[in-house]
Amino acid sequence: MYAYDEIDRTLVNERVSEFRDQVKRRLSGELTEDEFKILRLQNGVYLQLHAYMFRVAIPYGTLATNQLRALAHVARKYDRGYGHFTTRQNIQFNWIKLAELPDALADLAKVGIHAMQTSGNNMRNVTSDQWAGVAPGEIEDPRIWSELIRQHTTLHPEFSFLPRKFKIAITASDHDRAAIKIHDIGLRLIKNEKGETGFEVLVGGGLGRTPFIAKTIKHFVHGRDILSYIEAILRVYNQYGRRDNIYKARIKILVHELGIEKFSREVEDEWQHIRNPSLQIDDEVIEDIRSRFTYPAYEKLPHMPDELRQAAADPDFEAWRKNSVAPHKVQGYSIVTISLKPTGGPPGDATAEQMDALADLVDKYSFGEIRVGHEQNLALPHVAKRDLPALWKALDKLGLATPNVNLITDIIACPGLDYCSLANARSIPIAQELTRRFANHELANLIGRLHINISGCINACGHHHVGHIGILGVEKNGEEVYQITIGGRADENAALGTLIGPGVKFDEVADVVEDIVEAYLALRERPEELFMDTVRRLGVEPFKERVYATR
Amino acid sequence: MPLVNGGKIVDDGFAKLAVDTPLPESGDILVPAERFLGEAEGLLKRAGKVGVIWPNNRDVAELVPYLSKVATVALVFPTFRDGRAYSQARLLRERYNYRGELRATGQVLRDQFVFMLRAGFDAFEVKKQADAEAFMQTAKRYSVFYQPTGDGRITALHRRMQLRHSEGVGT
Repeated sequence: MYAYDEIDRTLVNERVSEFRDQVKRRLSGELTEDEFKILRLQNGVYLQLHAYMFRVAIPYGTLATNQLRALAHVARKYDRGYGHFTTRQNIQFNWIKLAELPDALADLAKVGIHAMQTSGNNMRNVTSDQWAGVAPGEIEDPRIWSELIRQHTTLHPEFSFLPRKFKIAITASDHDRAAIKIHDIGLRLIKNEKGETGFEVLVGGGLGRTPFIAKTIKHFVHGRDILSYIEAILRVYNQYGRRDNIYKARIKILVHELGIEKFSREVEDEWQHIRNPSLQIDDEVIEDIRSRFTYPAYEKLPHMPDELRQAAADPDFEAWRKNSVAPHKVQGYSIVTISLKPTGGPPGDATAEQMDALADLVDKYSFGEIRVGHEQNLALPHVAKRDLPALWKALDKLGLATPNVNLITDIIACPGLDYCSLANARSIPIAQELTRRFANHELANLIGRLHINISGCINACGHHHVGHIGILGVEKNGEEVYQITIGGRADENAALGTLIGPGVKFDEVADVVEDIVEAYLALRERPEELFMDTVRRLGVEPFKERVYATR
Repeated sequence: MPLVNGGKIVDDGFAKLAVDTPLPESGDILVPAERFLGEAEGLLKRAGKVGVIWPNNRDVAELVPYLSKVATVALVFPTFRDGRAYSQARLLRERYNYRGELRATGQVLRDQFVFMLRAGFDAFEVKKQADAEAFMQTAKRYSVFYQPTGDGRITALHRRMQLRHSEGVGT
């Protein structure tokens, strides 16, 4: 956990009072809606189809239980009793009243939570691995660096009005859970031959209308220089990124138009000018940030406690354990993923009651710390293995023990036409239907790891390009039509999916997914061959044939 | 449009010339970049101060030879969502050591004052009278800054180090 000090708290409070003044000026008419729009976006407030939507940052996905309870409080007091966890470690509330927003922000500020730069053309919430600090084999906790960058990018006087939004993600594990290759800047923490910490820097990833996988711009930037290097990238982007067309304004387009070599030369030139002591992070500063991350006092526990051995006889527990529980770097402990994808439910939603009850469980079983991942699930990072059976029972009572993590019903979806003013098509009902079609756990388990991503428009908030099966809703002649891709992935081997053929109607989407899955089950060489392996081995053709043969 | 300079609303002594406005005999003038670069020698010879209005898509490095001679550089925010002039301002102050007046023009609202001050602006053509009047109050809105810029304000990281060291004294 990162503990805010007086300095951080002061800034958040100053921001709340500034926003209170801005809302007041809007309500009195002193600010036009056009002027206010930019200001509210800088504070995470969108105007959606039915109401204002409020997006709150959960930096690098780490929450303390008092913060989770504050989110529950906001859901209950200012919204309709639930919140929606997003793909970028944020939570959204969909029914907020403008006049009450400053109070909601003030309530959150009390526990060190804010909504700064969760939307708008600025540097967004810095995201990281939801298993940071506890994953076995991790080089070091990437949240130290995430926090440094979070601070540096907060209310930046030069880069708060960029051509377009700007997202940074950091990972420190071989397996990338932070999807860094689909970010404007992706940072992969590595060590050089002297054992010093630094980063491979990737740039220009992003989805939306023109998707790109990020390219490596520099193989090693020393940790002490990372702020100046990021600043150099941003300065080049701020000056030369396109502002004439919103769809061409992301840095990925600039990198693509200049080419990575020319772009990296521009950045290098700029970096040589600003790579100076004022932007250098000395060890003392890093240690200061590190010292404010606290880690639990783990006990010395057995690898296989009796409680776990006994519970193994219960097939329901085992079904949950097998895909929700992951190894921890400390013996006797586990990382537990909590699926927010119940059968028939909208992906990523949690009620205020669930958040409150979960906070109690987190205090009891996870040293008061909870994480949010880009798959729209939660994680308890420090659960003693002996507590797993008791935790499972308690989660089950809350409707939070759906045993489908990483399976076909663990769907990532944007809010779509049910909420979003940009959407062309519904996403949530598609996700709900798919969770019903594949509700049988044995079937889902037989299929194995398979990620479905759904976006309700070309902006790709549901990351459909990088879904193993991607579903994109578009509008054609006043009707919702869905384009299906396969073979995408968002991890260290990130790739964009391939379109399998013409779009299909709303009612047909679940049938098409069933066809793809049946084709996979028939084509795989052995049960261990995952969907993605079969797609890699055989390409798109056999799936295409299966889907369109009878359509 | 009120001009704020030194934290106060002041009279703007500069007459803005278009590309083709005849040159006045005397008085301070503010000239578009293109005209300034074309006639720099003549303009700088006449009595009266000369300032330049610099568009946000032109490299400020071109201005470097004249920086000790101009009285003001006016950078442009065509809309307040277009933030290119923040980079230009920091380059002028921090890389090219420009010490004259740096003026923000265009859509300038109170909500940008802190960013602009931090980027090096010290004069502001403010769009609304109420915002100009609120300048001093708004400029003090923040007391915590996370980034080092040329304005020299101490950053949060360094303040923490100072606090840590002062706590360490005598122990």
